[in-house]
Amino acid sequence: MEKFTVHTGTAVPLRASNVDTDQIIPAVYLKRVSRTGFEDGLFAAWRAEPDFVLNRPEHAGASVLVAGPDFGTGSSREHAVWALQNYGFRAVLSSRFGDIFRGNSLKGGLLTVVLPQETIERLWALVEADPATPVTVDLERRRVRAGEGDAVDVPFELDDYTRWRLLEGLDDIGLTLRHTDAIAEFERHRSPWLPTTV
Amino acid sequence: MARTLAEKVWDAHIVRRAEGEPDLLYIDLHLVHEVTSPQAFEGLRLAGRPVRRPDLTIATEDHNVPTLDILRPIADPVSRTQVETLRKNASDFGVRLHPMGDAEQGIVHVIGPQLGLTQPGMTVVCGDSHTSTHGAFGALAFGIGTSQVEHVLATQTLPMDRFKTMAVTVEGALRPGVTAKDIILAVIAKIGTAGGQGHVIEYRGEAIRALSMEARMTICNMSIEAGARAGMIAPDDTTFAYLEGRPHAPKGADWDAAVAYWRTLRTDDGAAFDREVVLDAAELSPFVTWGTNPGQGAPLDAAVPDPEAMADPTERAAAAKALAYMDLAPGTPLREISVDTVFVGSCTNGRIEDLRAAAEVIRGRAVADSVRMLVVPGSMRVKEQAQAEGLDVVFRAAGAEWREAGCSMCLGMNPDQLAPGERSASTSNRNFEGRQGKGGRTHLVSPLVAAATAVKGTLASPADL
Ligand code: SF4
Repeated sequence: MEKFTVHTGTAVPLRASNVDTDQIIPAVYLKRVSRTGFEDGLFAAWRAEPDFVLNRPEHAGASVLVAGPDFGTGSSREHAVWALQNYGFRAVLSSRFGDIFRGNSLKGGLLTVVLPQETIERLWALVEADPATPVTVDLERRRVRAGEGDAVDVPFELDDYTRWRLLEGLDDIGLTLRHTDAIAEFERHRSPWLPTTV
Repeated sequence: MARTLAEKVWDAHIVRRAEGEPDLLYIDLHLVHEVTSPQAFEGLRLAGRPVRRPDLTIATEDHNVPTLDILRPIADPVSRTQVETLRKNASDFGVRLHPMGDAEQGIVHVIGPQLGLTQPGMTVVCGDSHTSTHGAFGALAFGIGTSQVEHVLATQTLPMDRFKTMAVTVEGALRPGVTAKDIILAVIAKIGTAGGQGHVIEYRGEAIRALSMEARMTICNMSIEAGARAGMIAPDDTTFAYLEGRPHAPKGADWDAAVAYWRTLRTDDGAAFDREVVLDAAELSPFVTWGTNPGQGAPLDAAVPDPEAMADPTERAAAAKALAYMDLAPGTPLREISVDTVFVGSCTNGRIEDLRAAAEVIRGRAVADSVRMLVVPGSMRVKEQAQAEGLDVVFRAAGAEWREAGCSMCLGMNPDQLAPGERSASTSNRNFEGRQGKGGRTHLVSPLVAAATAVKGTLASPADL
């Protein structure tokens, strides 16, 4: 998993609430056998409309999604996180996230940041006024900054354990691999008659 | 301290325990199939990680496979891609695979036990909820998600939070014509589809001890339909007799050492379960489902229940919705329900003993004109053995179709499906809306009831013939 320390990029203002994971990626896109390439399914229904914010050229290459409340509710599909990441997003800012989506995202290295709705509104205004506005998500100091002279500069909360895991770029597998010695030690004591498939 | 069987197996697999963290458990056997593994292998590839223990991993093709013309390429492109992806992944990562047409191919939960890979006291996982089947050997076996599949591939371990324990004790002896399937359907109807949530169920008691391994697998298989994480049965001489001589079972001195250990795998006297349920086997009779979840079942002697008579409002609403989908009127005797299709197969009832039981009922009789009967062995080995015993001839002579091994009509993912509105009596494990094909209606039954129903054309037990 890629480390997340301080990320600066341009943002997409998604003025919609209750964006469930079926909207993030519809079921028909789940049949793929890879973990990459889900970007074409991202917001597929909406992206069919030329006016949809993600389609606007001024937001090309954006890596921070600023979304309305209750982002990522509904189905537990991990594909929703993959689709956002495949598209190029590193962080999603919202005043509230669906629980399962948030769990999946933080496991997979997509930083979901909870900010007051009022901050979200200010970020929307800044980005809509100037789509080139850089938005910085600083996990080291747990702050979000944006705009001229840091017009927005606010703290956010994230538990120490998750922060540490993301800073180190450790997914569950990475964490378990830190205990490779313990695993190897366990293997040395397994009964010799246990079956192998070879 | 006195421990339950599940706790003993758990404790024997702790690689690492730390305050405030889940236990890290070692996994002895990882079963893989084509549907839930592609992203896991892809994850390994992206991270540049190998499979830690390919020698504890085995793959098979089951969910997507057609049960006819298996040597031709799969017609459905999505199914074909999933199967081809598994083949590539198995070869890239050095995992043993039994592809379609291979002598050891079959449903993942049928081939593990059959090869002797599933043994008492092991931890067994698979990206499939019916992994609980393997608990019949006294293994701790549970289904996992795709991320966890990747975790096991990479580390051969899983961080897990401890389960609660539940005892389901079936006292007494079953009456003739009553099977393991009837026991488990009755258990689920009693405790509900969420009754086992968060628990590992241990099945105990005289009636369970008397069951064959095949029958025990049927019971453990459907633990998941009771909401449980896993089901287990303590190993005994029946277990050892089944295992002895299987390709991967221990041999010689190893066998003796293994059996000595396996005999310690029982719940200690005085060990406490978090929950206990008791059933009297003598009171059970052939059981069938009338609704759209496995808990909506009743004895074959009964009638379709009246939702209005149900006290619990949630249960009442669910029953009303189920009856509308199933197109059944309250009060209809279950024996009057006619079916279009009979399916004998799946990881619940697709083993040799199940086919023998169905064949015994069908022998010398004919499938009703209005009924299509599909008999699908759970594995190629089961198919081979059935053919050696002439069971295929019995089924064919009666007018049933005899197929290649796979999940088949258990789920609508391969060509074997119900058409909208069609009704089946099925030996599988899920009667959810659309499970056997969009708009299809499923009645879960035992192999005996399935066979009798095929002959009669209406839900029936062999005693009705
Ligand atoms: S037979 Fe049915 S329940 Fe069993 S593994 Fe196949 S699809 Fe799943």
